Amino acid sequence: LAAGGGSSAEQCFHCGTCSLKCPSAKMMTPLRPAYLIRASKLGLKDEALDAEALWQCTTCYTCVEWCPCDVQVVDIITALRNMLVADGEIYEKHRNVAKSLIKNGHTVENNDKIKALRKDLGLPENPETVMDNPAAKKDFDKVLGRTKFPRLVEQ
Amino acid sequence: MKKYAFFLGCIAPLRYPGIERSTREVFKKLGVELVSLKDAACCPAPGVIKSFSKTTWLAAAARNLALAEKAGLDIVTICNGCYGSLFDAAHELHENAKMLDDVNKILAEIGMRYSGRTKVLHFAEVLYKDVGVEKIKKAIKKPLSYDVAAFYGCHFLKPSKLKQLDDSEDPSILDDLIEATGAKSVLRRKKARTMCCGAGGGLRSQFGETALKFTKANLEIMRSAGASMIVDVCPFCHLQFDSGQKDSGFAFPVLHLSQLYGLAFGMDAKDLGLGAHITPVKL
Repeated sequence: LAAGGGSSAEQCFHCGTCSLKCPSAKMMTPLRPAYLIRASKLGLKDEALDAEALWQCTTCYTCVEWCPCDVQVVDIITALRNMLVADGEIYEKHRNVAKSLIKNGHTVENNDKIKALRKDLGLPENPETVMDNPAAKKDFDKVLGRTKFPRLVEQ
Repeated sequence: MKKYAFFLGCIAPLRYPGIERSTREVFKKLGVELVSLKDAACCPAPGVIKSFSKTTWLAAAARNLALAEKAGLDIVTICNGCYGSLFDAAHELHENAKMLDDVNKILAEIGMRYSGRTKVLHFAEVLYKDVGVEKIKKAIKKPLSYDVAAFYGCHFLKPSKLKQLDDSEDPSILDDLIEATGAKSVLRRKKARTMCCGAGGGLRSQFGETALKFTKANLEIMRSAGASMIVDVCPFCHLQFDSGQKDSGFAFPVLHLSQLYGLAFGMDAKDLGLGAHITPVKL
């Protein structure tokens, strides 16, 4: 957890403010950040790596704003998610977002309707990004490849 | 004239190009030069991509930061997600020499290098701090009189310890920027505060119904305050509110702050892309 950026869990004194303030918990999702942190510190891997709870976090940082111990709750949740994904536990729609990044360099695709709208607005059909420059896209692909992202997504 | 690298992101250019167009026009009118950050890619998205691999996220973000550094410009984003992602990545790389070194080994393979000089700014921050409310007021051609629900979203102000832009629990930057047009910010200093729109963190893509619960809770607060429109500073919040009102009994027009400014600066609604919104923008 510490190697993944979650070392601040050590500072937690388990007051439960993060769960109390969490909008996702208020919407009655299974996410209770305090529980995940407690489980992580106790080394309860199955409880900490609870995919359904972990993916109900919108990364809104309300917990971080209110934490009296400066625990970086969002970083901890991110680190735990990284572990889940490394284990091959990936939701299909998230996999599609990741595949779009690999294919387009963007998390969403362009389409004919958007191209026409962009043209109407006096903008180039493709934004002036990797989407418009194959050489730059190749560089971007290399960065993803070097960090083994395509392999992670396709597993 | 102040000059910045304009970082487009994904949702604005590829779902709401009106936001891209109006930002370009509005900044030009205010005397701020935006230079397209050519060859940039996704920030990458903090919700799914950073949650899949922090290593990939940091390297891909560093490539964007390095492009701006090469151009000798700081970055302006028009999206809370891009702002949060690039700001975070810059912060990590500027604080941690080992991380920067690791990232540079990857960038070296594509003939790039990042030395840690790029600053990442939110467009509303530039409007508030560089341009200033007084100068904006002077640029208004068509004063507005809408009752606006200001929607800050999350990553514009939070984590506030790092962003240091405003009090995240009781902010006023966006309210001031909205009221500069003559419109009224109806949620200003109200006890009932809006919360996350629900789209972030991969929630919208995988658990859309849950994300909508967040959205509805916000819409109720806006209705109680007497709002007639929503103004956001993030295309992802924008998408969530624009698409999330379908069959809900709500029909607030949703405008990005750049589009509101476009109207107040006398731009044609057609040139702001307002006709392409899902919830009809009846002004």
